[in-house]
Amino acid sequence: MGSITLSKVSKSFGDVEVIPPLDLEINDGEFVVFVGPSGCGKSTLLRLIAGLEDLTSGAISIDGADATNASPAKRGLAMVFQSYALYPHMSVRKNINFPLKMAGMDQAEADKRINAAAKVLNLTDYLDRRPGQLSGGQRQRVAIGRAIVREPSAFLFDEPLSNLDAALRVNMRLEICDLHKTLATTMIYVTHDQVEAMTMADKIVVLHDGYIEQVGSPLELYESPVNKFVAGFIGSPKMNFVTGPSAQKRNADSIGIRPEHIDVSSESGEWEGVVGVSEHLGSDTFLHVKLADGGMINVRASGDLKVKYGEKIFMSPQEERIHRFDPQGLTI
Amino acid sequence: MATQQSRSAARLMMAPAVILLLGWMLVPLTMTLWFSFRKYLPLRGGDLGWAGFDNYTRFIGSSSFWPSVQATLVIVGGVLIITVVLGIILALLLDQPMWGQGVVRILVIAPFFVMPTVSALVWKNMFMDPVNGLFAYVWKFFGAAPVEWLSQASMQSIIMIVSWQWLPFATLILLTAVQSLDSEQLEAAEMDGASFMSRFWYLILPHLARAITIVVLIQTIFLLSIFAEIFVTTGGAFGTKTLSYLIFQRVLESQNVGLGSAGGVYAIILANIVAIFLMRIVGKNLDA
Amino acid sequence: MARAVTNNRKALNTAIAWSIGLIIFFPILWTILTSFKTEAQAISNPPVFLFFDWTLENYSVVQERSNYMRFLWNSVFIAGGSTVLGLIIAVPAAWSMAFVPSRRTKDILLWMLSTKMLPAVGVLYPIYLLFIKLGLLDTRIGLTIVLMLINLPIIVWMLYTYFREIPGEILEAARMDGASLKNEILYVLTPMAVPGIASTLLLNFILAWNEAFWTLNLTAAKAAPLTAFIASYSSPEGLFYAKLSAASTMAIAPILIMGWFSQKQLVRGLTFGAVK
Repeated sequence: MGSITLSKVSKSFGDVEVIPPLDLEINDGEFVVFVGPSGCGKSTLLRLIAGLEDLTSGAISIDGADATNASPAKRGLAMVFQSYALYPHMSVRKNINFPLKMAGMDQAEADKRINAAAKVLNLTDYLDRRPGQLSGGQRQRVAIGRAIVREPSAFLFDEPLSNLDAALRVNMRLEICDLHKTLATTMIYVTHDQVEAMTMADKIVVLHDGYIEQVGSPLELYESPVNKFVAGFIGSPKMNFVTGPSAQKRNADSIGIRPEHIDVSSESGEWEGVVGVSEHLGSDTFLHVKLADGGMINVRASGDLKVKYGEKIFMSPQEERIHRFDPQGLTI
Repeated sequence: MATQQSRSAARLMMAPAVILLLGWMLVPLTMTLWFSFRKYLPLRGGDLGWAGFDNYTRFIGSSSFWPSVQATLVIVGGVLIITVVLGIILALLLDQPMWGQGVVRILVIAPFFVMPTVSALVWKNMFMDPVNGLFAYVWKFFGAAPVEWLSQASMQSIIMIVSWQWLPFATLILLTAVQSLDSEQLEAAEMDGASFMSRFWYLILPHLARAITIVVLIQTIFLLSIFAEIFVTTGGAFGTKTLSYLIFQRVLESQNVGLGSAGGVYAIILANIVAIFLMRIVGKNLDA
Repeated sequence: MARAVTNNRKALNTAIAWSIGLIIFFPILWTILTSFKTEAQAISNPPVFLFFDWTLENYSVVQERSNYMRFLWNSVFIAGGSTVLGLIIAVPAAWSMAFVPSRRTKDILLWMLSTKMLPAVGVLYPIYLLFIKLGLLDTRIGLTIVLMLINLPIIVWMLYTYFREIPGEILEAARMDGASLKNEILYVLTPMAVPGIASTLLLNFILAWNEAFWTLNLTAAKAAPLTAFIASYSSPEGLFYAKLSAASTMAIAPILIMGWFSQKQLVRGLTFGAVK
């Protein structure tokens, strides 16, 4: 079991309010991702749930029981830190054993769990090594192993992949998703990388300056962002925002159109521009097009499109894919 | 940042150290302050009543007061200058590639392990003795008249002995700092055509600023209260009577506790002036 | 910033550094050598360096006359006791300062250091009186407490700087893993800080061993450590160089030997944790 409810939770450091009162419901077994730019309060929110920081006001309940003032140890949650936070003076086995030892678990039972976790995480051959002798990915797995042996009611991940190189990150992402499917335990995952958020989450919580901008499934956020911030933050490459005649024509202060929803033509279209840099990825081509008024439009075209630097092209947004925003940035 | 729980635990765990040091500071300080206003002569009847500011005016009016303040500052300042300058040179030298670096390092830091009473005695008798000392022999060897170090050049001698004791410390701290200097930075400067002097002046010295601050702070703490070196060598004669030593004589040798206590209060004030001055600099440098 | 250089340059460096090293070390070397000479050879003109009749006589004379072992034991007890006691009090305080810093942490730390600047002589008589009242004069316990107090600020400071190098996330991980504060300090912080704690222990042992104001002024016969043992050679026995050297060697040998074996920790400790 691992449902977590935050009600009117807020946090201030001195006079600075990092998190204004917010409500959030996390259901049992869900994979929830907190995403937002750095400084948006996502890590603080996670630490509030973990019990590593005090709430300034509000309440947190875990599985229906009030946990607002419970110490981290008593909450039954496990956490994987950005730096992995392994105990450098203990072997891998002792690292994984540590939470069990603290819980006073019988050593035979503990060993059974450690071996099972090691098998799942491919750590069996490394149990007697020190963290210092492991690669980044292996350390990450030890940190996860230390978390899973406790059979916590929920896992908390604080940007766990940001210290890994790109290829390993993709691998670990899959492994964590796999783990979630196997264990079916609630996971709360903090990241600033919207790709991680989109690929892993059941439910994404977009945070900005401490406020929850939107909560929803990845596709909901992609297809119907509630405001300009979410629209711009979710999706890669970023959504294009256009003001002026094109927006007025559609009764909006500004409109947004994703690069993949623009049709390119060499003869005619709504916008006319000059091709700047074009990035050929093989499957796709990303075009950075300069408009006459100085603006830029990014376009995602098919991989076989042949355009040259300085060439003039025309672009038209797909009408049904256009997002319209009012002067406050809210979706109309 | 932390939770309320850990904050109260922190306060509780800091309490013993804070309370002990507070007591260690306040109790004797209050007593010293009290004695300084009393006519207190343990050998001639003990506490003979209120003395007002008598002790203070007498202590400051005595002919030994200002010379003792001067002696204190000269010793502290002299040792600081010598150890920092030589320390930087030695640190730069020891940082160069060489054979047996570890052994040299041990040789250089060894004087720090010698207790002050021993080093004072050894220097006084075996090196600075005008008849049988090694220096006297060297002087005679070159046809010069042996110097009576501890009477003719008493200040220089004491500064030399104390510098010998503290040079290892300065060298080691500065060496550690030099070793942490980014070699690419120096190479870039060399590529830019900077001479050794300008590299030293614009790159190395600023990098050492923090280490020098630490050296000055910690040495000052210890040097303000040097005692054994003077006790063993000159016994405060020949102009080497520091403020500390003067007070020591008033309290223990003349058994005038009231007068000595007033001197103690002056010494505490002097120490505080130095402390405030130092803490300003250090406080700034420690943030970095 | 060490860099590759030619062997010639390296040889030159080596020669200069070794010469300076030997000059700095010379007084110690000379003392040790002299301790094996006869009194006549000790003051012979010209001085003899290595080629003399080595003798152990001075050591037995010194031991006979002043009962070296008793002084040694006092030194070990006082220096060791004050260091261990100081560590027990300082570890929790340094934990608080390093991991739960508040706006006042730095002020408290600087205040602690500033208590070390109080001139000892200014409070000598009050302490002397208190010691008489409490029956602590010329006792090992009394001296242990005083040395613990004067070194406590340094111990706290050093531990604080070492602890600060330990990432707070690891302690938080321990908390998440269900460790109580006691277990967090016992199983995670302390083992991780072992090198730092060892350096602190060694350096403060040496500082206490060499402390020569309180040890000279608060002891008479019973509790006097090696600093007092050697001070008794100040005069006129100081003129007997060989015996003075033997006594000096006996007083500094334990620390020199200890320093030799724990070089790495000592070098680290000597920087007071302040410079990396």
